[in-house]
Amino acid sequence: MSDNETGVQRAWQARLDQGEFMLQQCGACDRHVFYPRELCPHCGADALSWVPASGQGTVYSVTTVRRKDEAGGDYNVSLVDLDEGVRMMSRVEGVAPEAVHIGMRVTAHVGMKDGQALVLFTTPGEQQ
Amino acid sequence: MTQNIDPSLRGSVAIAGAATFGCGKVPGYTDMELLAGAAKRAVADAGLTMQDIDGLCTASVTATMWPMAVVEHLGIRPGFIDGTMLGGSSFIAHLMPAMLALQSGQCNAVLVCYGSAQRSSTFNRREIVASRRMLDPQPYEHPYDPILPPSAYALSAARHMHEYGTTREQLAEVAVAARQWAQRHPGAYDRAPLSLQDVLDARMVSDPLTVRDCCLVTDGGGAYVLVRAERAKDLPRPPVYVLGNGTACWNRQISSMEDLTVTATVDSGRAAFAMAGLTPQDIQVAQLYDAFTINTLLFLEDLGFCKKGEGGAFVENGGIAPGGHLPVNTNGGGLSWGHPGMYGIFALIEAVQQLRGECGDRQIAGVQTALAHGNGGTLSSQSTAILGTAETL
Repeated sequence: MSDNETGVQRAWQARLDQGEFMLQQCGACDRHVFYPRELCPHCGADALSWVPASGQGTVYSVTTVRRKDEAGGDYNVSLVDLDEGVRMMSRVEGVAPEAVHIGMRVTAHVGMKDGQALVLFTTPGEQQ
Repeated sequence: MTQNIDPSLRGSVAIAGAATFGCGKVPGYTDMELLAGAAKRAVADAGLTMQDIDGLCTASVTATMWPMAVVEHLGIRPGFIDGTMLGGSSFIAHLMPAMLALQSGQCNAVLVCYGSAQRSSTFNRREIVASRRMLDPQPYEHPYDPILPPSAYALSAARHMHEYGTTREQLAEVAVAARQWAQRHPGAYDRAPLSLQDVLDARMVSDPLTVRDCCLVTDGGGAYVLVRAERAKDLPRPPVYVLGNGTACWNRQISSMEDLTVTATVDSGRAAFAMAGLTPQDIQVAQLYDAFTINTLLFLEDLGFCKKGEGGAFVENGGIAPGGHLPVNTNGGGLSWGHPGMYGIFALIEAVQQLRGECGDRQIAGVQTALAHGNGGTLSSQSTAILGTAETL
């Protein structure tokens, strides 16, 4: 991998901190990879490079984590299948947690939490 | 996963002793003291002394160098040590390496043991979860604040409901069946009446799982002793033979699980049944690690007791409750008997006690084959054991 002067986790976060949502792609088997790795977990090749994510995905599964109102109230945790064929945990925002459902099309953006950039999703038309 | 187990291993090792200690709410004990209490009882149950123990398998939720502490505390000098930590499946996964060590002559008596004071300790489950976020980070999940483990199992349950039409009522059947078994076990932690409606109306934790879809948080120790089959015949207790064992792990994090409705139990079960030369139809009682109600459905399906997606129908109308078509979790399981952090060893001990005919009101008559299945992490590691009485050799 080029520009790999840190571990992949820091490299991923550094791009995210600049507002870039990138995935890895394997030059040998062509498949995308998430979370970031050193070798392709699909074929084992040492041929991963960073590519921009489409940011388009579909909710694969969903749960509403229940939390007291005074602590901030209920929130969504989703597993999102990106169109590139990789899955990530995230949160769908902009709608009530109970309105998020399996099969819902979602769009990624880079948000902030506790001073750290992270990938979040909204439903189309509600992107921040 | 490919496995080609030497057929002579089947039944070559037996469980000669098994015991629990300090299960439920037991203030004033440490993890080690609960482990030692169970170990003492299991070794005595086997008709041995601690000085006879020359093999050790153990794991801890918190201590990374746990086997050394156990060696020191028990005063043993084992020639075989396995501290493999796969979460709650560990103590079933320990069977195969222990069998190989016994058959190779590396040791003669293996103690498998565990203890957890997670309910009563000042450093309890909440602190353990918080510490793990630092000691064992999951940087691609933790920022989204899933409550782990419940949210991971909730994601699996939601997907199972979506793909197969599984209902919350069917999940609740698992909790109610567990409670009905627990009511037949004087040592079970929660024996209060529980209806399907009680489960559905309980406080939601992480949709679709309510607090009654989630296992208990209790203290407890468990231990068992393995020896070669020919030696077991000369020991006081009826030997329980290890007919098959298989372990599989496909992922650690729920977000890395390929299909949330199919677990690595497919592989662990296939390996265990192949080694045992048995099929699910041959199993008379099953102990399936029920950390959450969805687990039982997934494991019934993945072990082949029913087809994928039919777990809900399998458990309906008391299917796994007393009087149902397959007795499952006859001690009340993690949902009602107790759940001291890593439950797998307790599932195995209940299987042993059923095969020895010691289970009183919950005893399955004439049982000769039992299956014990352990799950670890968030549907991450799976280990299946098939056990039998002398008649099954």
